[in-house]
Amino acid sequence: MLTKLATDNLVEVDNVNFAYDSRQILKGVNLAIRRGQVVAIMGLSGCGKTTLLRLIGGALRPSAGEVRVGGRAVAKLSHDELFALRRKMGMLFQFGALFTDMSCYDNVAFQMREHTDLPEELIDDLVLMKLQAVGLRGAHQLMPSELSGGMARRVALARTTALDPMLIMYDEPFAGLDPVSMGVIGQLIRRLNDSLGATSIIVTHDVAEALQLVDYVYFMSDGMIVTQGTPDELRASDKPFVHQFVHGEMDGPMPFHYPAEDYGRDLFAGKA
Amino acid sequence: MTTVIGFFEHLGGRATSAIHRLGFASRFLLLTLRNSGMCFRRFSLIVREIYFAGVLSLIIILVSGLFVGMVLGLQGYDTLVRYGSSSALGVLVALSLVRELGPVVAGLLFASRAGSAITAEIGLMKATEQLAAMEMMAVDPIARVIAPRFWAGVISMPLLAAMFSAMGVFGGYLVGVRLIGVDEGSFWSQMQAAVDFQEDILNGVIKSVVFGVAVTWIAVFEGYDAPPTAEGVSGATTRTVVTSSLTILALDFMLTAFMFRGA
Repeated sequence: MLTKLATDNLVEVDNVNFAYDSRQILKGVNLAIRRGQVVAIMGLSGCGKTTLLRLIGGALRPSAGEVRVGGRAVAKLSHDELFALRRKMGMLFQFGALFTDMSCYDNVAFQMREHTDLPEELIDDLVLMKLQAVGLRGAHQLMPSELSGGMARRVALARTTALDPMLIMYDEPFAGLDPVSMGVIGQLIRRLNDSLGATSIIVTHDVAEALQLVDYVYFMSDGMIVTQGTPDELRASDKPFVHQFVHGEMDGPMPFHYPAEDYGRDLFAGKA
Repeated sequence: MTTVIGFFEHLGGRATSAIHRLGFASRFLLLTLRNSGMCFRRFSLIVREIYFAGVLSLIIILVSGLFVGMVLGLQGYDTLVRYGSSSALGVLVALSLVRELGPVVAGLLFASRAGSAITAEIGLMKATEQLAAMEMMAVDPIARVIAPRFWAGVISMPLLAAMFSAMGVFGGYLVGVRLIGVDEGSFWSQMQAAVDFQEDILNGVIKSVVFGVAVTWIAVFEGYDAPPTAEGVSGATTRTVVTSSLTILALDFMLTAFMFRGA
């Protein structure tokens, strides 16, 4: 049973520490992401969510601990092995990161042309299918500069899933989107994950949208996992941190005010 | 005393930082050369960049070449006629252009037109996470983005310098022969007799290749190394133009000293 549970996890983060120079970002992070699930990593800006995503993708190496994807320690892979693993991953960047000198079509076709020997006719069919899945087949000739923020994010989503990855990572997929686009992206994330049989990790601070679509949530604060659970468990949680975050309360364990001297003393300093 | 020590500390810090940066840039060049195989196998990647770096620089190169040649024609005639050697105008124009002005001025123009564009493009790709996205797609940005631009610059530069010189000779002809009335036969025949292929033309080509490597290396490195902010990209673009121009002038002196010391 233990072995089965271990192999059920596609991503395992084992007591990971990470620091930029002397600035400690992650402190003993542990998490496991099961195959087929959509998992959210939530927390305030600057709490280390994106860094964790970059460690899983092999863009950074932990200063201690281990990140395993498919049972293999990412930091120990050679350059070629890491690139082979990345072919099975997809990552949606915060603002899409579409190649601005290519049309939507060429953006989606990019990985197919780089990594496969498929004939152009087949690539053509695949690209149109990917764009159809995000509702933008009709926009395939447009350049990224001609797209709205929501459309750009959808094209980027089509590009991310171009090679049917086993693991899809989303870095703030809802940032800067209007409510309709946000709902569309949320539904697409869930639908694509289930239809591709993939596993998805969403890094976000958009509570309402994320809790509707994910299977499991990890809450991070100050470089640590502070709580975890299913969306229902978190909605019902009475932990002050979770309550403040889920209900968007102004003050609580995460203080509204940046640490400062006494307010009264600051106001009247030098006026006596 | 403290001020003097501070000054030397600052100077030493700047020097160490410059050496560190040069080492980093050298490693970057080696990495680019090592990852160049892919763009030669898919030569269309280089051809596309030759269009942006070379073809789009043609207007400024050709127009500048024409005017530089015309000025050489006027100034050269003014000097030569004092010694009764106005028939040697073609030689003066051709040698000035092929040996010096062609590679140097074309290099300076190439640095400001194409070098700055390459830096800005790569810097913006970095700032908008396009390079990071490419890396996450298991595509090496050095091989896919940097190497094609580097080789496109190296190939374009000698061709642009040659066109600059050709246009300059034509400008000199227009002013010297058509406007002033220097004998057309002596203008061309003396030029043909005096300009040596190996000594003049080949050395000029070598200069322009060296300048092409230097300018494009600086341009791609500055773009790749630019801080991912608006100020970072703007600063990198400025550094490309300034560093490239100074490098061209310094390299020109060194190459000239080696090539033409006995001539």
